[in-house]
Amino acid sequence: MSEDIQTYSATAESGNVHERRSRWAKIKLAARKSPYTARFGITVILTYVLVALLAPLLAPYGEAQVFPAPYEPWSSTHFFGTDQIGRDIFSRMIYGARNTVGIAVATTLLSFLIGGSLGLAAAIDRRWIDQIFSRSVDVLMAIPSLIFALVLLSIFGSTVLNLIIIIAVLDATRVFRLTRSVAVNVVVMDYVEAAKLRGEGLGWVMRREILPNILPPLIAEFGLRFCFVFLTIAALSFLGVGIQPPTADWGSMVRENANLLQFAQYDLRAGLTPLLPAAAIALLTVAVNFVVDWFLHKTSGLRDEQ
Amino acid sequence: MSNKAQKGDVLLDIKGLEIEGFSDEKWHEIIKGVDLTLRRGEVMGLIGESGAGKSTLGLAAMGYTQPGCRITGGSISFDGIDLAQMSDEQMRGYWGNRMTYVAQSAAASFNPAHRLIEQTTSSTIRFGIKEKAEAHKDAHVLYAALNLPDPTNIGDRYPHQVSGGQLQRVMTAMAMSPRPDLIIFDEPTTALDVTTQVEVLSSMRAIVEEFNTAAIYITHDLAVVAQMADVIKVLRYGEEVEEAATRQMLKSPKQDYTKSLWSVRALQKEEHTATDSIMSLRGIDAAYGTAKVLFDVDIDVPKGSTVAVVGESGSGKSTTARVITGLLPQSAGSVVFDGDALPERLADRTKEQKRRIQMIYQMADTAMNPRQTVRDIIGRPLEFYLGVRGKANTERVIELLEMIELNADFLERLPAELSGGQKQRICIARALAANPEFIICDEVTSALDQIVQEGILKLLLRLQSELGLTYMFITHDISTVKAIADQVVVMNEGRVVEQGSKTEVFQPPHPAYTELLLSSVPEMDPDWLTNLNAARNR
Repeated sequence: MSEDIQTYSATAESGNVHERRSRWAKIKLAARKSPYTARFGITVILTYVLVALLAPLLAPYGEAQVFPAPYEPWSSTHFFGTDQIGRDIFSRMIYGARNTVGIAVATTLLSFLIGGSLGLAAAIDRRWIDQIFSRSVDVLMAIPSLIFALVLLSIFGSTVLNLIIIIAVLDATRVFRLTRSVAVNVVVMDYVEAAKLRGEGLGWVMRREILPNILPPLIAEFGLRFCFVFLTIAALSFLGVGIQPPTADWGSMVRENANLLQFAQYDLRAGLTPLLPAAAIALLTVAVNFVVDWFLHKTSGLRDEQ
Repeated sequence: MSNKAQKGDVLLDIKGLEIEGFSDEKWHEIIKGVDLTLRRGEVMGLIGESGAGKSTLGLAAMGYTQPGCRITGGSISFDGIDLAQMSDEQMRGYWGNRMTYVAQSAAASFNPAHRLIEQTTSSTIRFGIKEKAEAHKDAHVLYAALNLPDPTNIGDRYPHQVSGGQLQRVMTAMAMSPRPDLIIFDEPTTALDVTTQVEVLSSMRAIVEEFNTAAIYITHDLAVVAQMADVIKVLRYGEEVEEAATRQMLKSPKQDYTKSLWSVRALQKEEHTATDSIMSLRGIDAAYGTAKVLFDVDIDVPKGSTVAVVGESGSGKSTTARVITGLLPQSAGSVVFDGDALPERLADRTKEQKRRIQMIYQMADTAMNPRQTVRDIIGRPLEFYLGVRGKANTERVIELLEMIELNADFLERLPAELSGGQKQRICIARALAANPEFIICDEVTSALDQIVQEGILKLLLRLQSELGLTYMFITHDISTVKAIADQVVVMNEGRVVEQGSKTEVFQPPHPAYTELLLSSVPEMDPDWLTNLNAARNR
């Protein structure tokens, strides 16, 4: 027998050993190589989070503090003027970040919790659990979600809790669909079969075997879902069934000051006032999408053409 | 083909070729200065283990590099033209015209939306080599030459309507259609059963000879290359080990590495005779939905021995394993393990029953969760079955790693950071962690290179003698059976054709199916295929 066989050892077999980096080092490396759009997105999101957290410190006036003069123009005392009953628009914009973004985050998290866990369960048990969940989701998705939300909100009343639950449930249908379809591809892998053969329960298979492998598409979807939830809340507030006054919220601020738009021909700044909260919504949506795009590109495994 | 081209003229001349690939944010050398000369009408076999650069070199012979790779040095001269200097635009005039490619997985390479004949002739028509009607007529001739059934009509079918072996031959017809000067075959028979492989090999060889085409045949199977090639070139780590005419190379390889490749098949196990059986299948019938796949299967597995179950794909080997593990409840019969009949359904079996029977899969890649480290993968059965936690768990995992000839350095590795052989070893350790008595090995070596295969087989044999394990070894590779089995079960179409000790089964006379299966296994003899075809035609 030749030399080669005698010196053969399993440890010497070369695998694709990657350089080991700590998580922090990986994040730093990724950040250094990130495109400008992603950096912009991250900066904007961080700013929003900061504003939302520090709202009472940053805002010059209270959220519902009423001043004698309504519709006051932009000035040094009232940065963006006052609204129809004389509340400071700049302060309400800052508090709005806290309310609108906070509710959107809570709603998205809840919808992922519901849709994700049901989707995973449906993917693992392809018999009756899958049938029941999938068909119920089909029924829910058959009804236009904004109209459905309007109906449900007028039945149950427009409290913040109701708003979160209703939008979360309606959005969970989409999350369910995505989770189920990506998980189905993982469920057929041998390692899931191996776990079942070992006798592992449903919870273990869901959390430990499948979830880590479908996380990238779910995180990307989280970003997009967040934008949609955000827009839905804004739309509902604009229609008057969303976040109720006097709580400051960007959607209702657009509606309340919408008629100022027609004064744009006399005073450009007055015309801009209702567009400010709309711009705040648009900016955050774009920023989140930039980050999601970058993340999708990172995790898709596509190699950049050299 | 031009008339002035003579057999024996140099067609392809690669000099000092260097190719780099990009991964981990670095450029790595894949091909480190390889020379290759191919004459018209000559077939060159390229062999080597995975990662040796065979496919990269094969593609480079067509002037093509995969995305993420670049040619950094050397020249590729094809019929006097330097391909390395040409743009993709210019190259496109040659690809599918004067040089063609036959890929490993035919099923993944055909467009499912078009008929076979359209795909066979598309490049021929596009380059204006032949008119459509003429090209189609020629395709029928090629189909006939490749022994495809009903050559005039098979082209009207879609890819999913023909078998894998047929599809591979259609792809060869596609490659032949423009009458190229050069064909690259990239492991074209690796995915096929032995009995199908013989047919495909015969027709490929005949057609290459008939049209005097030069070819490069890439494979890791030495016996296959012995049938196909005039010249063999052995590659390792992107460098040439040696090159020689086939007969000379088979008779007297010069380099140690080549010799080691040749000697792998020599592994033989002493037959072990045992009487008391640990696992018996009694009259098992099983079905997927309404399709019945197992018919009255009786198998006895003696304690401490290895039973090899052989047969082609679709013969019911893996289904038998699924019945034993409880993944597929049988419709009739019983599985008796150590004297007790096991419950049919996995959910009804006790943890102890599950622990005693473990399984090792064919594809170690998919058998391990890519997000779990080696420590988690091996540690989980310890914790789950035996309640070993914390420090004791880690210690036991290291012990198991040493048992499979790895060490504590591997604890924190992810599956993607292991080589193919290491992955399979981790899977073995995971099975061992449960302290099982009976292990089902489902084609555990078929995805591995030969040297690595031998290492795994030796490991399994050693573990068997140390721990008194019983194996049920599912395989389609007869040389593996010779290496590891005590008993052999031959299966075909869901039935047991023959069963007995290794010597009995390999000793003639055989039932007809066993004869076909055994005679289809390529041997390291360049005349084997010729002789076999002569014998079968008689």
